Amino acid sequence: MRADPPRDTSDQHVDESPPTHPGNSSGWAGGGKNGCAVSKELPPPTERIPVLRWLKQNLFSSWPNAILTLAATALIVAVVYGLGRWALTEARWEVIPANLKLLLVGTYPAGQLWRVWAILYFLGLLTGFAAGRRRGLVRRISLVACAASIALAVLPFPLVTRGWLLGCAGAIAAGYGLGQLAKLARERRWIRRVETTLWILSFPVSLIVLNGVGGFLPVIAGRNQWGFMLNLLGAVVGIGLSLPLGVLLALGRRSKLPAIRIVCTAYIELIRGVPLISLLFMASIMLQLLLPDSFRPDLVIRAMLTITLFSAAYMAENVRGGLQAIPKGQYEAAYAVGLNGALTMILIILPQALRAVIPAIVGQFIALFKDTTLFGFIAILELLNISRSVLGNLEWRGRIFELYVFIGVVFWLLCYSMSYVSRRIEKSLGVGER
Amino acid sequence: MSVTKDEGIIICREVHKWYGDFHALQGISLTMQKGEVVVICGPSGSGKSTFIRTINRLEVHQRGQIIVDGVELTHDLRNIETVRREVGMVFQQFNLFPHLTVRQNITLAPVWVLKMKRAEADAVAMQLLERVGIPEQADKFPGQLSGGQQQRVVIARALAMKPKIMLFDEPTSALDPEMIKEVLDVMKELALSGMTMIVVTHEMGFAREVADRIIFFDFGQLIEENTPEEFFHNPQSERTKLFLSQILH
Repeated sequence: MRADPPRDTSDQHVDESPPTHPGNSSGWAGGGKNGCAVSKELPPPTERIPVLRWLKQNLFSSWPNAILTLAATALIVAVVYGLGRWALTEARWEVIPANLKLLLVGTYPAGQLWRVWAILYFLGLLTGFAAGRRRGLVRRISLVACAASIALAVLPFPLVTRGWLLGCAGAIAAGYGLGQLAKLARERRWIRRVETTLWILSFPVSLIVLNGVGGFLPVIAGRNQWGFMLNLLGAVVGIGLSLPLGVLLALGRRSKLPAIRIVCTAYIELIRGVPLISLLFMASIMLQLLLPDSFRPDLVIRAMLTITLFSAAYMAENVRGGLQAIPKGQYEAAYAVGLNGALTMILIILPQALRAVIPAIVGQFIALFKDTTLFGFIAILELLNISRSVLGNLEWRGRIFELYVFIGVVFWLLCYSMSYVSRRIEKSLGVGER
Repeated sequence: MSVTKDEGIIICREVHKWYGDFHALQGISLTMQKGEVVVICGPSGSGKSTFIRTINRLEVHQRGQIIVDGVELTHDLRNIETVRREVGMVFQQFNLFPHLTVRQNITLAPVWVLKMKRAEADAVAMQLLERVGIPEQADKFPGQLSGGQQQRVVIARALAMKPKIMLFDEPTSALDPEMIKEVLDVMKELALSGMTMIVVTHEMGFAREVADRIIFFDFGQLIEENTPEEFFHNPQSERTKLFLSQILH
């Protein structure tokens, strides 16, 4: 609509003149024009229900309802009480801090742990930098990360660990400061380029630093025993590669060329029809039989590739769902302004299609992250599997519940963060939705 | 193919198109000169939309020849892209890109196809938004605009490619009555500025006012072609007379 011209006062006089319909006091006499006499409009009814009446209406409306309410309350109390008593009196939570290093990084040598911290610092610095330059979600994320590392530093870890943790918070804060400084710079374009490059490089560099390179950093043996780090690496590799691969497969499945379409469809349907665990077994055992020694990638790499290829098939179907939701008119409009097929896809169709299926894609990410625990079945000591070696220690025998609660909490925190971030992204992208 | 541009900016010779067994275009021939405004009318399903969509190859014709500004439309992708760069199109259903702001909708093609500098493209976009009368909407998303405003953005988006020809496919059919005028005003201004235009519309007032020629379609055939004066006052064919009697009250 065009902005309404400033209203003159004559309309108010109309409002104050005797109402045409007796009893009409809502100020509607302005007659259909918008923005008239807001103050006189009837406010929406606000009903406040007293607590007791609410209880009666909702929980004790009839005898069966009252019995169900009481029974459910008793059950909840019993469960909460039982869990609470166990958690506070019987559980020996020392098992977690005492084995924390083992659970999180496995057999990674203590003398080389600075590499892991270095990577975390680098990522913290980058995140902080992004938060310094922008508002919104990234700022919230870095704030939470900063607060979390300070909160962890308060817990009774060894002094060195607490120092490292505080350093994490420091790295984020330093990045934030740099980001704020960068906002003052006149030439911002190259700052953005450097930032993007660093983000892209951060992943391969992290892998190299963790693994070591001949000559500079000693290569670390026993890559299949790195505890929770393997779950994280598996998830990052899987997420990073399965989305682009899934997009390509989805486009392939919709291709007009029969050869491409058939290959992609066959791949998707084949992979989706097989359980992940059997694919992992194949990757761990069968490849060994089929490929010559010199040609055989490391077990961990095979596992990561398997989970990526597996996830890509599901991703492809999610993306295809999004592609089908885009009306034909969008293609036509893009062609009509002169965009070619590739540009139309990249600039017009995919952004809309992917946005439409963010919930499904993030769901797939979360599933992938949790599926990394299946690595345990092919002799990879990831978090779940390595926790069993803690149980082998006489001192901690039978502490299985504590460990599983801890593992559950760790996974839940990360999965929930992903889901939270995705909801925020959906919201911030939803601005121009038709 | 020896085609000189002097013969016409758009040359269609015996254009045929089938959808399955349905013969949608049955040998349409039309030649247009630079700066001409042609209005196409006819009952729905008569092939008029199909016809103008063949001119930028959103529909593929199966027989006959279409030559736009000296470039013949064939399966050659380069030819198709050349023609699409020179022909702007306005759709009945707007088809703005909903994930981009108004400004981004307009600058997208100039930046990516014509390799225009972003600052320059922004300036062009603002000029065009001034021209269609909604510069204040530049940073809104299409979903936040009224139908009439959206359609004016579509016109601006097409004009940003500096087209030689503009195609309008029922540009006002999806609009509320009070918004039709604001779109027609923009189109009139465009016609007066010398743009070559083909307009499929039922707005006979517009046709009478700005068209150089009016073409009447029925059953995939070009039934009648005439000046507005003759078309309204002295229609040649019976079908045209019937059609006019139904839409002019």
